[in-house]
Amino acid sequence: MSGAIHLEARGLTTGYMPGAPALSGVDFALGAGRAVAVLGPNGGGKTTLFRALLGELEPMDGSCTVKGGTAYVPQTERARLDFPVSAFDVALMGAYARTPWWRRVAGADRAAAREALARVGLAERTRERFGALSGGQRQRVLIARALVQDAGVLLLDEPFAGVDATSQARILAVLDELRAEGRVLAVSTHDVEQARRWDRVLCLNARQVAFGPPAETLTTEVLQETYGAELVVLDGRARGVAVHHHDHGHHQA
Amino acid sequence: MKALADTALLQRALVELVLVGAACGALGVWVVHLRHAYAAESLAHAMLPGLALAALAGVPLLLGAGGGVLGAAALVFLAARDRRIDSQAGVAVAVTALLGLGALLALVPGAPARLEDLLFGDPLGIAPADLAVAGGLVAGVLLALAVTHRRLALAAFDAAAARSLGASPAHAELVLLALLAVAIVAAVQGVGNLLVVALLLAPAAAALHLARSLPAQLALGAALGAGSGAGGLVLSLTLEVAAGASVALVAVAIFALAGALAPRRRAAARGSVVEALGGA
Repeated sequence: MSGAIHLEARGLTTGYMPGAPALSGVDFALGAGRAVAVLGPNGGGKTTLFRALLGELEPMDGSCTVKGGTAYVPQTERARLDFPVSAFDVALMGAYARTPWWRRVAGADRAAAREALARVGLAERTRERFGALSGGQRQRVLIARALVQDAGVLLLDEPFAGVDATSQARILAVLDELRAEGRVLAVSTHDVEQARRWDRVLCLNARQVAFGPPAETLTTEVLQETYGAELVVLDGRARGVAVHHHDHGHHQA
Repeated sequence: MKALADTALLQRALVELVLVGAACGALGVWVVHLRHAYAAESLAHAMLPGLALAALAGVPLLLGAGGGVLGAAALVFLAARDRRIDSQAGVAVAVTALLGLGALLALVPGAPARLEDLLFGDPLGIAPADLAVAGGLVAGVLLALAVTHRRLALAAFDAAAARSLGASPAHAELVLLALLAVAIVAAVQGVGNLLVVALLLAPAAAALHLARSLPAQLALGAALGAGSGAGGLVLSLTLEVAAGASVALVAVAIFALAGALAPRRRAAARGSVVEALGGA
């Protein structure tokens, strides 16, 4: 897993209604084995960027390029909890695109689904109903599904929101492994401290505020521009910041 | 001789109701999972002008049903797109207008078909050719459900990630609406355009209460739909009441029974079912 993997946006402007861009001026490139944290307030354009990278939103201006195939890991509460599927069934969905309709999912893919669930620490829970798992466990199942997809580029929409400490540690370990395999990760997050552990950080607030290595990029000025009134500076310096959130429910953009 | 003719009539009615019940029961599971109960009801009700026109013109009802569903789908689509008003309100107005227009046409002096037959069905009036066409449509619906099974599952479970997993939620929705139209056309002679909604939603909702896996829900939905068809016919013959209404009542009774039997822990599933039926 490396070589052709690449994620790039050049002057990207996109949105939902013609003439009213939700996100503009996005310009970055990531080679194999790189991970970027995507920071921004609710409605700042994180999900919009992902939808453009997935090809669901057309660029209004500029372009984006994804090489190596894309897997999308949505927030767990977006999936339907009353849908009658087990953790194994969900992991298996990662192989649907390469399975003809008249055929059972191949044995190799079934083995891959079991292996992926073991990798995220859920080997014992493959038969459990998806909706009956905890939020963190559900998030791990969705990551296992992305592992089965075997894509070069993974887009993760707030994978640590509402996730317990065990799940978070497990997810971080798997993401580090994926990066070591040469895959590209884009991780949207609200956690400024956590954003520092990735190679790059991309700050969005309806437009690109900044992109670069965390140490140089995450200044108080950039964070203030990114979060506006949501930002609470704890110690007057860029190290000690927290983001105060209001309603963190089912936001769309 | 008359008894023999009666037997053939009954056999056709039974086969028709079992086939249509099975298709509606399985399709209904997807209708409930994809939250399209309201669309199912709208399409079924809004096709009445097509049925009435076919009866007036003396062409086969199936033809009228097909035309009626296409016309209804076009109008519902346009009404839902009008951004000046809420899409549900727009669809409700369009559907009511079409239902009223259909009733007007069916009640003009000299109209051959009785309005009740169109609204509530007449399974004992089914000719061999009608049965063959309905059987073909039912087979088509079941085959299409098999072909699109995984795409429907992705769209229903996780619409946000469906595209990256190889399925477009918009396509899945179109497939479901097209299959709904076909199933309603197949079912309208047997159970009528008002009562077909019961056959689409009640067995499926019962199956969601009782079965834990998706294949089990689909199989149980089909079985309960077929059972509603057969049970309704027996009930109507025993009590000498309308067949279409009996089928609908048996289907709803099965749903009520399933609701009473369903374990408490399935509260989440129950919420979605109530929501789905509330839209109907």
